[in-house]
Parts: sequence; structure tokens; C-alpha cells
Amino acid sequence: MAVISAETENSSSKKVQITKEIGRSLWQDAWHRLAKNKLALACMIVFSFYIVVSLLVAFGILGATWSTTVGESYAAPDWNHWFGLDIFGRDVLMKALVGTQVAMSVGLVTVMISVPIGLLLGGISGYFGGVVDEIIVWFCSIISSIPSIMLLITVTFILGRGIFAIYLALGLTSWVGLCRMIRGEVLKHKNRDYVLAIDALGGSHRRKLFTHILPNVFHIVIIDASLTFQMAIKSEVILSYLGLGVQDLPSWGKMIDDSKLELARGVWWQLGAATLFMFLILLSLNFLGDLLRDALDPKLRGQE
Amino acid sequence: MNLVLYTLRRSLYIIPVLLGVCLIIFLLFNVVAGDPTPMLLGKNATVSQMAELRHQLGLDRAWYYQYFDIVKSAFTFDFGRSWQSKQQIVEIIKQGAFPSLCIALPGFMISTIMSILIALVVAFYRGKGIDVFVRFLCIALVSISSLVYILFFQYVLAYKFSLFPIAGFEPTLPDLLYYIPLPIIIWVILSLGPDVRFFRTIILDEIYQDYVRTAKAKGLKEIDVLIKHVLRNALIPILTYVVIQIPFLVLGTVLLETFFAIPGLGNTVLNAVNNSDFPVLKAFTVLSSVAYIGFNLLTDVLYALVDPRVKFD
Repeated sequence: MAVISAETENSSSKKVQITKEIGRSLWQDAWHRLAKNKLALACMIVFSFYIVVSLLVAFGILGATWSTTVGESYAAPDWNHWFGLDIFGRDVLMKALVGTQVAMSVGLVTVMISVPIGLLLGGISGYFGGVVDEIIVWFCSIISSIPSIMLLITVTFILGRGIFAIYLALGLTSWVGLCRMIRGEVLKHKNRDYVLAIDALGGSHRRKLFTHILPNVFHIVIIDASLTFQMAIKSEVILSYLGLGVQDLPSWGKMIDDSKLELARGVWWQLGAATLFMFLILLSLNFLGDLLRDALDPKLRGQE
Repeated sequence: MNLVLYTLRRSLYIIPVLLGVCLIIFLLFNVVAGDPTPMLLGKNATVSQMAELRHQLGLDRAWYYQYFDIVKSAFTFDFGRSWQSKQQIVEIIKQGAFPSLCIALPGFMISTIMSILIALVVAFYRGKGIDVFVRFLCIALVSISSLVYILFFQYVLAYKFSLFPIAGFEPTLPDLLYYIPLPIIIWVILSLGPDVRFFRTIILDEIYQDYVRTAKAKGLKEIDVLIKHVLRNALIPILTYVVIQIPFLVLGTVLLETFFAIPGLGNTVLNAVNNSDFPVLKAFTVLSSVAYIGFNLLTDVLYALVDPRVKFD
């Protein structure tokens, strides 16, 4: 008897849970799945930590003294200087912290340039079709035909060295993927019933596209942003190595680039610090991207 | 017949794309970049010297002539001479292609085959310990800058343990084999992370299809289903991914070549950046875009050949 009652109780509680899940929107549902996932939580904590560090550096509370000499050239790590000192006796940890701010700003500004372009062009292209669509698709094929590394090198080179050239070069070259995906999704959505209903109610093109269709495809933007963010951070390293990097501030790319002459002397800490700082943020962004894709994929709903 | 028509129509689409690529290159180098003569002549150049050089380089002609030059070079491969070494750029590219391909081709082939095999094994054990482990490992691998791998392995394997030469290149056969293994090994390590991840996703996309369930219901063994059914269907996206990478192979070696002092195309690009050698950069951009467009066409045609579902409309 006891067993049976326990079972019925179980199934009824399950029913309640299911109805609860149906009542949630896609975003609430995704949020609940992510919050339940310990890995996702850890990644979000790491990401927030990097944002806090960047803000502290940006307001001069942290790392403002990175350029002062605090000891001997290439002093090994100790308790005062966790990652040792560089060739000019500067604290490597301070440089890595300032580098964090540079990397986060590169990631953020790149996303802020590339996402609006991709979203807008993709939305317009998919929604209106016709000649506008053909022109935008043509433009996408052009940009994607030029290998990204050549485009990146060329644009940075031509805009002149410095952080603004990096922002622009990365932002202006990385929107094509998003544009294509949004176009495809908008194409699928524009003849769905809910859009036709708005049409019947007399909704304008702008209202249909921006208020109704784009919010429904926004999950693609989030996933794409997490990929673009880390692509930007990695590209900064390569541009720094090519001599096209940030000029006056230390960056992870410049630190890694510097260490090519240091390793032979056994000075590993500059490379170690930059790699560790970069590894943690890239790892959490990668995991977050993957988990977000799973969490926002409606096909996986209710399969757990 | 349909296929021929499809190929023809698809080829025609190349023209507007190529014209657009040339337009972007023209805008970047001839408009946004501004006047290169002060950079070439130094600070003390007189106005007449600068004007003369501009005339020599053909920069004083109307814009459509300059644009047409770029379009022409995409077909004739006549890119003119380098500003730095005064060599014909075609010759520079011919010289650099062999060393670049010595690293890129073996590296690409080994990493692709290894990745597909690993992805198959992982897909076979999906959801189990080894799958989770490989997924974690791949994400960790792609979270480290490629520069770090090169620095680390060059330092550990060549400098510390002297297993390989630190740097260098010799184009003749016995010596060639002495110099290329380490760059190839690093290439493979660099590619494994992203490739295994991609191939695993492709294979898993297929594994949940209905025909796989049918095949299993017929009583086929899991391994047979994987090799005979899943892999064959997954080959189409895999093929696309592989073919489209080929034009990037040459450029993909920029970092490796500079670290190992290999006189290939990647090194040429880096030198051109350092010396503001516009014609060389332009030539590489044009050439790699043409290669990309060509291979893209090839993939589309292959796709149509292999996949009966592609309709020629």
C-alpha cells in the first residue's frame, strides 16, 4: 500500500512539475536549466569576476601602477609578486590585470560592433527578400571570400596600429556568420501564424520584424556573441605577435609575444600568467556557449 | 545535363563576388590607406619626388584604372613587383609555396584523419566517460592561444630535450625530413581541438536520425551502423569542411613559419606587413580570395554530385 501511494504521489508531483515547465518562456526555461547546472554557474562566476577586474582597472583602482619598477629584472615569483617580474622589473601580475581589461574591452567592443550589423542586415535581408536580400547576400559572400586573417591583418594595418584599429578590424570582419544565421531564421519565421496575425492587425514592417520576429531568434545572437567574444580575445594575441597590437598598454598578446625571448633563459612566468588568465576566460566562454546552446535548444526541452 | 547547367550557373555567380572582393581590396589599399609615398621615401622627401614616385607606381591615374588593375590581377596573376625587394610577386609566391605546403599538407592530412577517427570513437561511446573527457579536453585545447602551443613545444621538444632542430628549413629531401616533423606535430595539436569538436557534432547530428533507428531495428551492430550508414551521410558536411579549408592552408602557417624560420608564404606576409609592402599584401589578399571562391565552387559542385537530395533549381 505504502509503495503504491508513494508512486501516485510521485506521478502527481511530476505532473505539477511538467505544467510548471510548460508555463515558462524559453528564456525563463533556459535560465532555470543554466542555474541548475553547476558548471554554468562556475563559468558565470568566472566571467563576472573578469568584468569586475576590468572595471576596477578601468577606474584606476587596480593595476594603475603596472609601469613602475618594483624589483630586479626577471625576479622569480615570490609571495609579494605571484607571477614574478618582467625585464624592466615590473610586476607581471599587474600587467596581466591590465591585460584583462584590454582583452575584455576588445571582446566587448567587437561584439558591440559585429552583433548590431549582423542582426540588422540579417533581419532586413531575410524579412524583405528580393533585391535587398540579394545585395546583402552578395556583400556577405564578398566578406567571407577574403580569408579572415588577411582581412584582419589588412584592416588593422591600414587603420594604423592601436586598440581602436583592433576594435574596428575585429568588429567589421566578424558579423557575416551571424548575419547569415539570422537571415535563415527570419526566413523561417516571417510566414508563421504569429507574424501573419500581427499583419492582420495592421502591424508595420518595423513592428513585425523588431518587436516580434527578432526577439524569437535572439538566442542565436547570445550564442554567437559568446563565440565572437573569445575569437576577438584570441585574435588580439595574433595581431600583437604580428606587431599590430595594442600600443601603450600591456596586453596578454604582448606578454606572450615578449616571452618568446624569455623562455630560453628559463623565465616562464610572463607566458604562464598571460596563458592562465586567458585560459580561464576562454574556457568559461566556451562552456557557456555550449551550455547556452543546449539550454536554448527547444528540441531538447523536457528530455532531461 | 542538369549538373552541367548547375555548375555553369554557379560559376557565373563568381563574377559579381570577385568584382566585389576587388572593390573591397581597392577601397582598403587605394582609398582608406592613403598616400604610401611619404612612408616609402622617408620624412625628407620633396613634393616632386613624391609626385614622381606616385606616377611610377601608377597611383596618379583615375580610380577606375587602379580598380581595373586589381580585377585584372585576379585573372592574370600579374601582381607587379614588390616595393621592398623589387622582385616579381608571382616569383615570390612560387618560391614560398613549396616550403609552406611541406608543413601544411602533411599536417592537414594527419590532423583531419586523426580527428575523424577520434570523433567516431567518441560518438560510439557518446555520453560515456571517454566522450565527456574528450569534450572537456577539446574545449580546454581551444582555450589556449595557438602562439602558446608553438612557444611551449618549440621550447620543450627542441630546446630543452633537443629532440628536434630549433628552427630552419632545407628544401632537399634528406634534410627536409629533419626539419619538418616538429612544425607538423604542432600543426596537428593545434587542429585537433576544433576539428574533433566539429566532426563529433556532425556525426552526432546524424546518429539521432530516423534511418539510424531503422538500421538498428533491423539488427545491425552499432559499429556497422556507425561506419556504413552514419559516416557515409556525415561525409557530406565533413567534405565541405575539409575542402573549404584548403585555400587557408597556406596562410594558416603564418605563425609556425615565423617561429621555425621556414621561408614560406606566411613569412612573406609577415615581412610585407613589417615593410608596408602594399603590392604583396594586395596580391596575397586577391590570391587567397580567388582560391577561396574557387574551392567554394568546387565544394558546391561536389555536394551536388554526392548528395542526391540537392535539387538543381
